[in-house]
Amino acid sequence: MTELAASDPLPKPKRDFAPVLLPIALALVMIPLVGSPSTWLTLTAASLAMGMMIFIMASGLTLVFGLMDVLNFGHGAFIAVGAYVATLVFAPFAASVQADSLWVNLAVLAPAALLSMAVSGALGLVVERVLILPVYGQHLKQILMTTGGLIVAEQTLYALWGPQIIPMPLPSSLRGSFIFGDVAIAKYRVLATLIGLAVFVAIQLVLNRTKLGLLIRAGVENREMVEALGYRIRRLFLGVFMTGSALAGLGGVMWALYREQVHASMSDELTVLIFVVVIIGGLGSIGGCFIGAILVAMIANYGGFLVPKLALVSNILLMVAILMWRPRGLYAVTSR
Amino acid sequence: MMILSGDPPKSRVLTLILVVIILALAATPFLFPGAKALNVAAKICVFAALVASYDLLLGYTGTVSFAHTMFYGIGSYAIAIALYGMGPNWAAVATGIVVGLPLAALLALAIGLFSLRVAAIFFAMITLAVASAFQVLASQLSWLTGGEDGRSFQLPGLLRPGTVLISRNLLGFEINGRILTFYLVFAISALMILALLRVVNSPFGRVLQAIRENRFRAEALGFRTVFHLTYANCLAALVAASAGILNALWLRYAGPDTSLSFSIMLDILLMVVIGGMGTIYGAIIGATIFILAQNYLQSLMGVASKAASEAGLPLLPGLLHPDRWLLWLGLLFIASVYFFPTGVVGRLRQRGGERSAGASH
Repeated sequence: MTELAASDPLPKPKRDFAPVLLPIALALVMIPLVGSPSTWLTLTAASLAMGMMIFIMASGLTLVFGLMDVLNFGHGAFIAVGAYVATLVFAPFAASVQADSLWVNLAVLAPAALLSMAVSGALGLVVERVLILPVYGQHLKQILMTTGGLIVAEQTLYALWGPQIIPMPLPSSLRGSFIFGDVAIAKYRVLATLIGLAVFVAIQLVLNRTKLGLLIRAGVENREMVEALGYRIRRLFLGVFMTGSALAGLGGVMWALYREQVHASMSDELTVLIFVVVIIGGLGSIGGCFIGAILVAMIANYGGFLVPKLALVSNILLMVAILMWRPRGLYAVTSR
Repeated sequence: MMILSGDPPKSRVLTLILVVIILALAATPFLFPGAKALNVAAKICVFAALVASYDLLLGYTGTVSFAHTMFYGIGSYAIAIALYGMGPNWAAVATGIVVGLPLAALLALAIGLFSLRVAAIFFAMITLAVASAFQVLASQLSWLTGGEDGRSFQLPGLLRPGTVLISRNLLGFEINGRILTFYLVFAISALMILALLRVVNSPFGRVLQAIRENRFRAEALGFRTVFHLTYANCLAALVAASAGILNALWLRYAGPDTSLSFSIMLDILLMVVIGGMGTIYGAIIGATIFILAQNYLQSLMGVASKAASEAGLPLLPGLLHPDRWLLWLGLLFIASVYFFPTGVVGRLRQRGGERSAGASH
C-alpha cells in the first residue's frame, strides 16, 4: 500500500472494464460470421432492444437479492400481471391504438404502462408482506413460498382472463421500420431501447447520486451495519421490492407488445431468461445485470440467425462459460 | 447389514393410512373396475417413487433442484425411443434401461460437480435453466424424440392388454398383460421407496441431514460435503429415471407434456411439501392426495362451479372451474409451507409424539 498525504484525494476504486468489453467484442466477432453488414446491424439493434426489455424485468430481481438475500421465484408473475393489466387499457381504446398518430397512440400506451406498473407494484407490496416476510432469512422456504405464489398468480390470471392467448396489437405508428439504405430497424425496437436506457440511467442516478441510493448500496454491502446506524432497512427493502415489481410489470407490457400477444405462460418462459441474466451479471449488480441482459439477447439473436436450433440452449452455454471465467458472475457485489 | 431401514412410520394413524393406501393400490385391479382407476393407481405408484427421490434432495439435503423432471424425462424417453426404434421386444427394454439410467446419472454428476459447490439458491436457478434448455432440446430434436408429439410405442407381447395370462373362468376375473404391467410398476416403485428409506437411514443419510442442518459444521467435521451432495443428486436422478421408465411403460408413450414439462416439476414440489419433507413416507401420502385431487377433485369443482354460476355469483364460477384445481392446491401449498412445514406426515408424527409423551406421565 502506498502512503497517502492528508491532502491527497482518496484513491478511486478500481474500475473493471473487462465485462463491458465483452458484448462489444461479441458483436464485432459476429460481423464476419453473419456476413452481410446490413443483417448484422439489424440483428444488433434487435439484440439491444431485447436486452433492454430483459434488463428492465431483471433489474428488480437482482436488487432485491442483493439487498435482502431474497430470491423471488415468482418474479415472473409480476411480468404476466403487468401485461394482462395493459390489455385492460388497450381493449376499450382499440380505436386510439389503431389511430395513425404517434401522440394518440402514446396517449393510450403511457397510461397503460403506468397502470401496469402501479398494479404490479401494489401486488409486490402484498407478496412481500404475505409471502416473504413470514419466511424471511430462510432460503428453502423462500423458494417454496414464491414458487407457490407463482402457481397461484398464474392460475388466478387464467381464472380472470381465461386460458386463451390474448392478442395485443402494436400501435400503428410504432409498426414498420426505419429504413437507412438497406438497413431496416423496427420502430418499436428503437422505442424499447430508449426506454431501457432511460430506466438504466435512472437506476444508476438514484443509486449513485442520492442518499436513498447510498443506503441501498450500503445495504447490499453490509445490511447489519446500515441497521445499526439506525436506518429501517425493512422499509427500504419494501420500497426496492415494490419498485422491482413495478419495473417487471413495465417489462411485461413491453414484452407483450414485442410479441404482440399476452399469455400467462410468458412468466415461466421469461423467469428462466431472467435467472440466466441475473446469474451471469452477478447477483445484486445492476451493471452486471445490464451487460448480462445484452449478452443473452445477443446470443439469442445471433444464435437464432446462425444456428436456429440451439437458440435457447445457447443461453446455458453462455452461462457456463461466464461462470467458468468468473464463478460469481461478471460483477460480484455481495460477499455471499 | 440390514436390508430394511428400521425407520417405522412412528405414528399409529400414519401407519393405518399407509397400510390402507398400499392395500388399496395393490387391490385396485380387483376392487375398482375400469381403466381410469387403474391409471390413477399406476400414476400414484410412479409418482410416489419419483417424489420420494425428490425428497432425498429437498428433505434430506435441503437443496432445491428444478431439474428433477429432466431425469424423469430421460428415463421416459430412453425407453420410448428404444422400443420405438427397435420394436416391441425385451432387448429394447434392456437397451432403454442400460442407456437411460447411466445417462441420467452422468448428467446429475455433471450438474452436481458444476453447481453444488455454490449456495442452494444458485443450484435452484442453475437447475431451472438447465432443465428448460433440456426441454427445448427434446422438442427440437424431433427426428429422435418425436418433437411435441412425443413417441408412442408397443410393449413386448407379455405386457400387452390383449395377452391373457389367467382366463376369466378360472378365478372369476381376468389377469392380462395390463394387470401384469401394473404389478410391475407397483413392485418396482415399492422397492425403490424401500431402498430410499434404507439410504436415508444409513450413515450416509445422517451426513446428508447434517449438511442440511449446517453445511459449514458438517464440513468442519471432515465430511466432503460436495461429494455427499453429488452422490445424493446422482442417486435421486437414478430413481427419477427409473420412475420415468415405469411411467413410459405404463402409458406406452413419452412426450414433453407427460414427462418433461415444468408443471410436472411444480406437481412434484407440491406433493413433497404437502406430504411432508424429509420423511420419505410423505411422498406416498403427498402423491396419493395430489393425484386423487387431480383426477377426482376436478369433477367435484365442476359441480361447484356450475352451482355458483346458476346462483349468479360473480367471479366464483371462474375460480371454481375444473381447470383451476391447481389454484387451490397452490394455496394449500403456501399454507402448508407456512403453517405446517413438516407436512401431513410431520403433523401426524407430532400428534403421536404428544400423546405418547402424555401417556408416560
